[in-house]
Amino acid sequence: MEQSILTEIKNAAKKSLKARHNELADTHRQMDILNGDLFADGELPYFKDKIAQTGQFPLKPKKLEILQINVGYMCNQVCEHCHVDAGPDRKEIMTRETMEQCLEVIRNTGAHTLDLTGGAPEMNPDFRWFVEEASKAGIQDFIVRSNLTIILANKKYHDLPDFFKKHNVHVVSSMPHYTRNKTDKQRGDGVFDKSIQALQALNKVGYGMPDSDLRLDLVYNPSGAFLPGDQTALEHDFKKALKEDFDIDFHNLFAITNLPISRFLDYLLASDNYEDYMYSLVEAFNPSAVANVMCTNTISVSWDGWLYDCDFNQMLDLKVASKVKHIKDYNEEVLNDRNIVISQHCYGCTAGAGSSCQGTVA
Amino acid sequence: MANSYYDPADLRKFGNITEWSEELGKKFFDYYGKVFEEGALSAREKSLIALAVAHVVKCPYCIDAYTKDGLQRGITKEEMMEAVHAGAAIESGATLVHGVMMMNKYNKLSM
Repeated sequence: MEQSILTEIKNAAKKSLKARHNELADTHRQMDILNGDLFADGELPYFKDKIAQTGQFPLKPKKLEILQINVGYMCNQVCEHCHVDAGPDRKEIMTRETMEQCLEVIRNTGAHTLDLTGGAPEMNPDFRWFVEEASKAGIQDFIVRSNLTIILANKKYHDLPDFFKKHNVHVVSSMPHYTRNKTDKQRGDGVFDKSIQALQALNKVGYGMPDSDLRLDLVYNPSGAFLPGDQTALEHDFKKALKEDFDIDFHNLFAITNLPISRFLDYLLASDNYEDYMYSLVEAFNPSAVANVMCTNTISVSWDGWLYDCDFNQMLDLKVASKVKHIKDYNEEVLNDRNIVISQHCYGCTAGAGSSCQGTVA
Repeated sequence: MANSYYDPADLRKFGNITEWSEELGKKFFDYYGKVFEEGALSAREKSLIALAVAHVVKCPYCIDAYTKDGLQRGITKEEMMEAVHAGAAIESGATLVHGVMMMNKYNKLSM
């Protein structure tokens, strides 16, 4: 990419699209682009038509396994690729009242995994209370998606590794690359060094060690307009480099494809990569990934309690196509009888080995 | 004919060569796919070799494809540039080693 465009995006990316009043902060504008000429003119097939070819339309949920709750869009970082458009200027934060409604669901759900995300979930003032209460529900796998740097961002967060350990939280953290240059380019200057320190702090209390039950997994997102490579090969490279250079251990690496929405969509358009990227996604379409795509086993809850098929649909404001649309009315049986809402961004989860918040799916 | 001999969009159409010669096209793509599988050399190593050769044969499509392939594999820009230099060194070496031919001829013709 040309240096001037890169600088422009980097400077702009210190604030969310919303704070910049960027047109892409409007989800309708994003949907217009995703339904735009590239697909309307028949150059590429609509996702709906593509999955219909393999008899997979309409996409229906299977058994609910994962309840993913987004506790707010506030974050200490402003990553260039963020699909949440999170940042310090985002004020959407889950209230304790909504958390209580979530807890009611957590206590009664058939899902085996609870997955807290954000923003930086730790920045929600009721985060610790919520984790303490939720951990009492005895969910098998309790994930918190931590961006790592939050642990060092302020003194009040320094004890997070111990707090996570106390509640047997499964920590899943973003790490775009094992080199400083690539990490800082995507996530901001200094993020790599802080992430390394945070990982070492997590290792110190037992997280990520080879025989430890304290799970520490990393998430890899490509830092640019290309798809992730083979997850196993990337995991091997990450493990080798982080061990040799920093004596860091972790369990698994999840390779996640960037979906063409929000800030990543902004980047694709500004860098003139949108069309090529959509081609790459469509060309890599894999029907067996469709069968296991995460919206078939996940419900995503927003900071204000609305229900979505996934975190990406949440960011596009595409609520579930069900009578039950809000956590206060939650009914798993009714919800499971819905058709999943899809659009062209869904190609991101069905490319190659597939992509989900738990990594590849095919 | 387009205004330019090379159109980036043509790379996507590479597979179309099979349409005019199915048997040979298919054999080529089967071979191509097999070559880049994990073997005694890793797929990662082969990607870097492909990038170096892409520069030596000066194929814009190949440079496009294997820069992207390298990024997908997490290959760093330092590794990519070293691969390009390896290719360039062999290519310039191949030119320079002919200097011996020139020297031999010069000496033979000179008193």
